[in-house]
Amino acid sequence: MEPIKDYRQVQEAINAFANQDVYIHLETTNGAYASHHDQTFFSAGAYIRNALVRYEIGKITGNDPYRVGLKINLGWIYAEGLTHFEVDEQNRLLLAGHDNKGKLAVALEISATPFE
Amino acid sequence: MEKERHVLVVFPHPDDEAFGVSGTIATHVQNGTPVTYACLTLGEMGRNMGNPPFTNRENLPKIRKEELKAAAAALGIQDLRMLGYRDKTVEFEDDEKLAKAMLSLINEVNPSLIITFYPGYSVHPDHDATGAAVVRAVESLPAAARPKLHCVAFSNNCVEELGEADIVHNISAVADKKLAAIQAHRSQTEQMFGDVTEKLKNQDPQMMVWINNERFWTYKFDK
Repeated sequence: MEPIKDYRQVQEAINAFANQDVYIHLETTNGAYASHHDQTFFSAGAYIRNALVRYEIGKITGNDPYRVGLKINLGWIYAEGLTHFEVDEQNRLLLAGHDNKGKLAVALEISATPFE
Repeated sequence: MEKERHVLVVFPHPDDEAFGVSGTIATHVQNGTPVTYACLTLGEMGRNMGNPPFTNRENLPKIRKEELKAAAAALGIQDLRMLGYRDKTVEFEDDEKLAKAMLSLINEVNPSLIITFYPGYSVHPDHDATGAAVVRAVESLPAAARPKLHCVAFSNNCVEELGEADIVHNISAVADKKLAAIQAHRSQTEQMFGDVTEKLKNQDPQMMVWINNERFWTYKFDK
């Protein structure tokens, strides 16, 4: 993965998936041990894999870390805290937000074919 | 350590075996006891990506699969099963089906000892769900036919509620194998390993106790 330096590259990749059926992976997590190590920490997370949607607009905004929002058929998908991206060998757009220790805190991925 | 007929280790994540039980596993292997390690997931939700990141969410499971194989090889485990569940979803599986899967594994392998997590005292929901499934499977056997069940627990309240561990293995004789297993899970352990290596070199007393002693609680069935 590379740091998102030029958001236009990401915007182009988002545009390429617009107005077609795509599969979404979206997750955010603090890690399973967050409240074990610090009992005052309120741990929360969410995960969805292979949601089949279609978006008319997708946009990257913000200034490192970035936010991405997708306006889908009847609603929205968004992620914040994104720092890295990659268009992988299967032509999927992988976006990730890594914290200052390199731990994955958020991921948003878009693919024309289902994720494994 | 008692000589066993066959040891079955059941954990949900690659690297679960490394810290708490790899010395025990290596000792059984050295005693000539066959060891089967059933690992439910590939740790697909791992968060250590390196800085700069060395992989991404989609490729991490492939890396962790190879690391799991390497760790098993370092310990001399010949029978490694990857059961194909997904990280962080074990607790949401059908309880009965999961217990049945564990039971069929037990019936096939016929272990005299099973090692898993103590349900309710193992912090990660996958750990608790895995331990609970194994407990349900063993519970379904007639009491006389049950293999021994040694559980790993590390929640903050485990000693308070379960008492001290009734089994403590000093594994210093195979500590090198244990460290090799920990190191094999590079994507998960590299960040902390530099620190560990330094402390080992200095024979840090706390670290030596942590590395050399593996603690288990014998599971207590109601009936």
